[in-house]
Parts: sequence; structure tokens; C-alpha cells
Amino acid sequence: MLEITLKRQNRVLTVYLKGELDHHAVSKVKETIDLQLVKMPLSQLILDMSAVSFMDSSGIGLIVGRYNKMKCLGGSMKIKNPGLNILKVLKMSGLSKLMEIS
Amino acid sequence: MQPINRMKIEFESKSVNESFARIVAAAFASQLDPTIEELADLKTAVSEAVTNAIIHGYEQQEGLIFMECILYEDSITVKITDHGVGIEDIEKARIPAFTSKPELERSGMGFSIMESFMDSLFIASEKGAGTKITMTKKFSKR
Repeated sequence: MLEITLKRQNRVLTVYLKGELDHHAVSKVKETIDLQLVKMPLSQLILDMSAVSFMDSSGIGLIVGRYNKMKCLGGSMKIKNPGLNILKVLKMSGLSKLMEIS
Repeated sequence: MQPINRMKIEFESKSVNESFARIVAAAFASQLDPTIEELADLKTAVSEAVTNAIIHGYEQQEGLIFMECILYEDSITVKITDHGVGIEDIEKARIPAFTSKPELERSGMGFSIMESFMDSLFIASEKGAGTKITMTKKFSKR
């Protein structure tokens, strides 16, 4: 099971994910984040992936989708603390050219 | 090359089985003592193939997915088969970032990931009959 924890500070929303991010898990993350996006205006969305132990291309789809939404709303998005395996998938997909990964 | 071990399972086309399939494949491959990175690559590729079978092959409807793993001295071959709708144009499906289901926020990176994380990838598909993915990963000698 993937755990989702939200932390909001002014207009910055940090989403902490814990577990495995695959097709089975993405719909819940998508819903949770999108609900926040309509609730209150955000200037930045931060995805903290330090506790994500697995991610495949379903995770890429999720990130690109949220990135596009944030861009439409005039905000930005960044990814924090991906492990080596996650970073490999992120780099392959070219996401590092779209947003800050630190 | 002679196989040294082999296993075959079938499971329902349900997204909860994506993690089941990749964990089973990794557990079986562990007999060859691969590195953590090699195992992670294998898990990711299996996850992509099974997800494709569920979303594209069976279009999230009922169906059975078959997974066969064959171990050789220093490699594993994984075959993932579905009897779903099949792929209309395999060449197109292999293009990075191409997806037939953009509305589902699919990244279109599935085959690219399988290709780059494994050492070989073969796709056999027939419209209306199903798809069979055969992929092999070599493990470094330690």
C-alpha cells in the first residue's frame, strides 16, 4: 500500500509518498493531489519521494500530468529525494529537463 | 544454452497483481544472486509488461495473464502473455512517449523502459488474439 501524507505551507504543497508507485497506486495519488489543486491556489507542488521504493512509467505519467496542471495554474513543481532506482526511471523519461529534481 | 530452472504462473488481470508479478519474478531470479540494481531493473520491466497487459491488452476488463520465467546460468528470460486485444502497430507502440491512451495519463514509456532495463525485448502480437512479451536480462558474474 502506498501512503500519502500532505503538508501545506502557504501556497506550497509537499506530498510525501511512502511505498511502491505503480499503476495500481497512482489513481489514489492523482485524486488526492488534484483535490488539493482545486481547493486552494498553489504556487508550488513538491513531491517528496524519499520513501518510494519502486516506481515504473505509471509514476512518470502521474508526474507529467501534475506538472501540466501546475503549469496551467501558473505554478511550478519539483521532485525531492528520489532513490537511485527511481532516479534512473526519472532520467530515462527526460523529466529532469522539465523540472528540478534534488 | 540449457535452462537450469523454470516456473510458470497465471493470475487475473487486476492492477493489484502488478506488484505480485514483479516480486515473484525477482524472487525467482534471486537464485542467480543478481545485484540489487539488476533486480530493480527486472522488477521495473516486469511491472511495465504486466501493466500493459492489464490496461491495453484487456482494457481493464477481466482476463488472465501468464508469466513464465526461465533461468539460465547467468540470465533470466521472462515471458508475459495476454489473450487480449493485441497491438495494432508494434513499431508505433515502441516509439518513446507514444501512448494509445493519453486520457489515462500514460507516459508511453513502457516499452522504452523494458528495452533499456533488459538486454533483449521481443514483442509478438496479433490483433484480437493477444500479446506475448519475451525479454531477457543478463546478470553480471560476481
